[in-house]
Amino acid sequence: MTELAQNVIDGLGRGSIYALLALGIAVIFGVMHLLNFAHGELITVSGYVAYWVFSAGLSWYWIAPLVVLVSVGTALAIEQIAFRWVRGAADFTMLLTSFGVHFVVQALFFMYVSASVRNFDRPRWITNTFDIGPVTIEVFDVVVIVVTALTLAATAAVLQRTMFGLSLRAAAEDFDAARLMGVKSDRVIRGAFALSGVLAGIAAIFWLMRAGQTTPSAGITPMLKGVLAALIGGLGSLRGAVLGGLVLGLAEVLLRSRLPDGIAGLTDGVVFVLIALLFIFRPGGLITVSRAERV
Amino acid sequence: MLDIDGLTVRYGSISAVRGVSLSVSGGEVVGLIGPNGAGKTTLLNTVAGLLHPASGHVRLDGTDITGFAPDRLLRLGVALVPEHRRLFTDLTVVENLRVGAATLPGRERSVMLDEIADLFEVLRQKWTTPAGYLSGGEAQQLAIARALMSRPRLLMMDEPSLGLAPVLVDVVFELIDQLRTQGRTLLVVEQNAARMLDVADRAYVLRSGEMAASGSGAELARRSDLFETFVGGVAVGTEDAGP
Repeated sequence: MTELAQNVIDGLGRGSIYALLALGIAVIFGVMHLLNFAHGELITVSGYVAYWVFSAGLSWYWIAPLVVLVSVGTALAIEQIAFRWVRGAADFTMLLTSFGVHFVVQALFFMYVSASVRNFDRPRWITNTFDIGPVTIEVFDVVVIVVTALTLAATAAVLQRTMFGLSLRAAAEDFDAARLMGVKSDRVIRGAFALSGVLAGIAAIFWLMRAGQTTPSAGITPMLKGVLAALIGGLGSLRGAVLGGLVLGLAEVLLRSRLPDGIAGLTDGVVFVLIALLFIFRPGGLITVSRAERV
Repeated sequence: MLDIDGLTVRYGSISAVRGVSLSVSGGEVVGLIGPNGAGKTTLLNTVAGLLHPASGHVRLDGTDITGFAPDRLLRLGVALVPEHRRLFTDLTVVENLRVGAATLPGRERSVMLDEIADLFEVLRQKWTTPAGYLSGGEAQQLAIARALMSRPRLLMMDEPSLGLAPVLVDVVFELIDQLRTQGRTLLVVEQNAARMLDVADRAYVLRSGEMAASGSGAELARRSDLFETFVGGVAVGTEDAGP
């Protein structure tokens, strides 16, 4: 029981980060049908920002806001340089473009920075724990869960209450109809990328705090987790993306602690088998979005 | 107000609209009728900026607006109630209306919401219902209300009565009549030619992408020869088409 409680908190902490990544991917998919395999690049770039800021002698109080700013800037730049040219193209064209962006960004860091690992200090409090009864809780997990909850609440408020949020939801459902209502496609697409940049930036802070290092290919794992979580939740559903992230985080932690020692190393493989089973029984993911394909 | 001059629109090598010209003056209700596949929807979608013409011009008060993006056209006062309504089904009725007023400043948006609430009693009762749960008639009223939110100078409607029960078709045509008495300018595509000619000041008949006839509603209603090619031959009700 004690162990289960600890696993759940640990899983929710991990899942929160996945949820933030998945939500950014889902927002962009909703608006332009782009499954963004370059989403992890926001983490890669953030990692180098963290390294450089840290090397300049500044602490995480500086790194954190800068990471969010740079993540938003990078998301907008990628949209401007790459994705705006394939707007409205076939889904497959956009998918390939996102792979292209992924490899180009990775190559730029290999060529002009370094292939080697760059280290920076984790915040000192990250390993702190406290006890509630018999349960030992990591401060870091609590911080991640609380900040994620606040971020999701703020995102929900923006989507529900603001004209930008309404336009985004309308465009996600029927882009042409939204344009007919006067919604500017430029503004709504850039807004979606900016929002995904904010979410990825906050995820990046936590990801990097825990990792304490970065490499040119550091974005691949978070990107895969985000895409998987978005797929589990049902691509295109924002609630599904959050749910998918939490489910993925919980599944990983629970499996790792429950699987027999001999195969605990195969956790990721088991997770994929479970995902395959999910798609056999629910091909649309946990929350199915029934809506006509955009033409 | 609106002048279309020699408009040709192609899908690949097929011309859906061929050299069509028509005009709509301020305060007029103009019908655009014709059989399936005549190019009516293509024509409206091109005027609204969703499609680009291969040749020809669209002018609004003399200004060339050919190929403008839909959001820009809406700001100039050209609104379209698209075919199949295309409501945002996940959004509530009031949210749909708000998106319709995306181009207005916040205060005017609230004024328009009040205005629409007065005009569409049915919708006011469903304010916070997701649009996906509305009945066909309610949904069509919302589609028209949503387009009115931007205070368009020219409102185009694509098949507003399609798929509605007869009693609801009456509601739609009453609404068109009501908008006409308010002095609004309408360009309406309809398959229900008889009803359309009844409410229209003038009408154009499109067939196979080309203009087949034009005239006042009453004139066209008498020319039963025009309608023989319509699907099922029932486009003009006998009570209206009689000599």
